[in-house]
Amino acid sequence: MIGDQSMSKFLTILATLTVLLIGSTVSAGTPKPLPNLDDVKGDKCVAPKDVIRVEHKYYLLHQRDETMRKGIRTKEHSLKNCINCHIVKGDNGKPVTIKDDRHFCKSCHTYASVQIDCFQCHASKPSPRPAAVEK
Amino acid sequence: MSTNESKDTNNNRRQFLGAAVATAAVTLAPGVKVIGLAQAKPLDQPVSDKNRWGLLIDSNKCSSGCSSCVDACATENGIEKIHGPETDPQWIRKVTVRHKESGKESSLPLMCQHCENPPCVDVCPTGASFRREDGIVLVDRHTCIGCRYCMMACPYKARSFVHEELTNQVEYVPRGKGCVESCTLCVQRIDEVNGPRDPACVEACAGENHNAIIFGDLNDKYSDISQEMRSYQTRQLRADLDLNTGVRYRGV
Repeated sequence: MIGDQSMSKFLTILATLTVLLIGSTVSAGTPKPLPNLDDVKGDKCVAPKDVIRVEHKYYLLHQRDETMRKGIRTKEHSLKNCINCHIVKGDNGKPVTIKDDRHFCKSCHTYASVQIDCFQCHASKPSPRPAAVEK
Repeated sequence: MSTNESKDTNNNRRQFLGAAVATAAVTLAPGVKVIGLAQAKPLDQPVSDKNRWGLLIDSNKCSSGCSSCVDACATENGIEKIHGPETDPQWIRKVTVRHKESGKESSLPLMCQHCENPPCVDVCPTGASFRREDGIVLVDRHTCIGCRYCMMACPYKARSFVHEELTNQVEYVPRGKGCVESCTLCVQRIDEVNGPRDPACVEACAGENHNAIIFGDLNDKYSDISQEMRSYQTRQLRADLDLNTGVRYRGV
């Protein structure tokens, strides 16, 4: 009898644990699919994939000060260069802005849960220069 | 020995010819692209104090009803009208000044004067407001905290604060809410790979056939602006403040 009681206690605890475990899995949801990072112009990035994924922020930060303070405008590590290559086209065939979840930068940073402020000021899609103001 | 000598002679000749060609290019086509090419800075080189960029504005040629420089500036730099002149950023303002005694009125565009000793840089607590080696005074928005000390320090009221969230920035002029900004002398044009191109306001003024604004290098004594300043009386606004402005005026 005593063996039966402890058995039923054990089963209750087990059931509770199972319910808790299932509940937590459901609330976490299914893992999000990896963003598509292959929609780019040209055939390769300025650095190998595994390098640029880790280092791009440092490249951009360095280039930012070089350009702002010293007027060095090499294209390789400029944000403009990223934006001009990694274009994601929307339903109307035009490049999407940062407001669209499909935007190259946004899709990955959402996935990685990183908030970036670059596009509060910087244009998030290529913008052709307005026609020269001439006669 | 003799071969060495002839090599030296050859080199000297080459150098002489090179110099002659360079001079001819500059003198044959003043103000045309050749000058720009001669001054073109490679993209990977920093700007230097060899140049000091400036403007010369002739208020006699400036028409009081015309605002094409202001409009061109807005188009070039992506400045959109939001709530009106009280709160919208203004990089150039058209101003009319009147002589107290004679009553002579002059119309002139007023923008950042790109001082050599800029008060806005002195007061900036974060170092965001700075003067580039080539004399252009800029705001580094990455470090600007929007305190607006510089706006109060500027005797020309040349700086504006961005009050509203912006969405339609042009790619080569990043701008955003919460930062101070002012005329950049169209720095994106000055750094171009083919050499400096006239700022949008200068281009627009010439387009109206007013030609009231000249852009150029104050350090280059052969530039249009330096020659003009040598031939005519020019002045700095509020010269008493001893700021050595990069923007000079005639007829004020």
